Amino acid sequence: MNERDAKGSEIELRAPMSGVFYSKPAPDQPPYVEEGSQVKKKQVLALLETMKVFQKVKSPVNGVIKIIVAENETALADDDLMFVIEKR
Amino acid sequence: MFKKVLVANRGEIAVRIIRALKEMGIKSVGIYSEADRTSRHLQLADETVCVGPALSAKSYLNVDRLMDAATTTGSDAVHPGYGYLAENDHFATACQRNHLVFIGPTPENIKLAGDKITAKAVMQREGVPVIPSSPGRVETVDDAVSVSENLGYPVMVKSAGGGGGRGIRICRDKHTLVEDFPVAKMEARAACGNDSVYIEKYIAQPRHIEFQIVSDHHGHTIHLGERECTIQRRYQKLIEEAPSPVITEALRNKMGDMAIRAAKAANYVNAGTVEFLLDKDNRFYFMEINSRIQVEHPVTEMVTGIDLVKSQIQISMGARLGYSFDDVRFRGCAIECRINAEDPDNGFMPSPGQVTRFMAPGGYGVRVDTHLYQGYELPIYYDSLVAKLITHDMTREGAISIMKRALEEMVIHPVKTTIPLYLKILGDPMFLKGDFDTGYIDRFVKEPED
Repeated sequence: MNERDAKGSEIELRAPMSGVFYSKPAPDQPPYVEEGSQVKKKQVLALLETMKVFQKVKSPVNGVIKIIVAENETALADDDLMFVIEKR
Repeated sequence: MFKKVLVANRGEIAVRIIRALKEMGIKSVGIYSEADRTSRHLQLADETVCVGPALSAKSYLNVDRLMDAATTTGSDAVHPGYGYLAENDHFATACQRNHLVFIGPTPENIKLAGDKITAKAVMQREGVPVIPSSPGRVETVDDAVSVSENLGYPVMVKSAGGGGGRGIRICRDKHTLVEDFPVAKMEARAACGNDSVYIEKYIAQPRHIEFQIVSDHHGHTIHLGERECTIQRRYQKLIEEAPSPVITEALRNKMGDMAIRAAKAANYVNAGTVEFLLDKDNRFYFMEINSRIQVEHPVTEMVTGIDLVKSQIQISMGARLGYSFDDVRFRGCAIECRINAEDPDNGFMPSPGQVTRFMAPGGYGVRVDTHLYQGYELPIYYDSLVAKLITHDMTREGAISIMKRALEEMVIHPVKTTIPLYLKILGDPMFLKGDFDTGYIDRFVKEPED
């Protein structure tokens, strides 16, 4: 995953390649996380589907989801911003 | 004679079908989703119709949009390709209702082939050897245990409605079966919407051998020899060849006769494939019928000189098969490598992006079936097959050496492809000896944790 420090304690989690972003594990299930959710390092935050292969989008840090930028079922380009996470 | 055919598919197979239509003097209609505007097949088609947005469910699987496209363009027939709606009997029926010829088998053929339990029962009745299995669906754990005790462990729990290798569990003993049976039912439901499962005896270290069959509407059915498709990863074929390095003339005749018997038992028309598993003792068992033209059809074309896509079109136009089995001259050996935009050194992660440099290999004995061109942006919505590289020579060693040379010559840059994996396999002594089973690929790939 591509991470960048935005401002000090904030991490930008960006798409490692182009693909379709899914915020939920299945259409009829709730999203993996919401803004404000506490997350652990390696916790699954979303799925990215590229050429019929799904990869798990995992948190690089322990922290809190500050902003969910990517929308469910939309196409992302390589390096598009998905999440802003506040390190805790 | 058809005047116009709509090709209900995309990618390399759409290119393939349009080429056949062009050679036959038939106009082609190419369809595309919004994500496929730059696709190669549209440059070759006589007319093009946009059938919806990127997501396949709204475009390539959208029966209403496809029927609209076919009727408004005045098409006589539809070729479904492979995947998508090729094995959807509702689609085949919708074509009939709209007075379009479906270039392929009948809706009944498709329905039977898709119902794995019934297909096996029909085959068994006709004396085609089948993998020993439960008589039908297995509902409870107790039934599973008693069936398995009769069959003998190890056994496989399989989804009754879903092919494509999903929802399969191997259980080596009673303890594992009791634990895994309820999970297998859940996986079956996830794979195909219903949790019907059946149980088969597990054939250890099998080879996957399939026979190409062709039937016309006048009662003639022949087979065009076998394809060896044992080299697979997660039940997806990677390398195919014709003939199989281990099938003798006698075994070919026996299995071929059984393939024809299977096709006749199903009243099968047009092109299809009968799949078998071959065990270490050269016993073979019917697995399933694939009621479509297959990805790997080129290896059969190279060794028989018969254009299978044209045969499909001709049969659908009512032509009689112009040749009997004795007329077919099998010549030499052919191999196909499926080139996928995946990184074999990184868990087969997909590799999307723009192909900024593309050079197809050439020369004697080389065939490239692809929709790639230099500058093409690989869409993210569809599968990762970008090209099929096929080679042919009088011997298997010759076809392998041409394949090595062609793979080295092929340039697909900067996306990662499975070309390096194939170069490794083609240098492996076991592959060169033809000594492999479906577990072969594990020696070359490290599966990712996910």
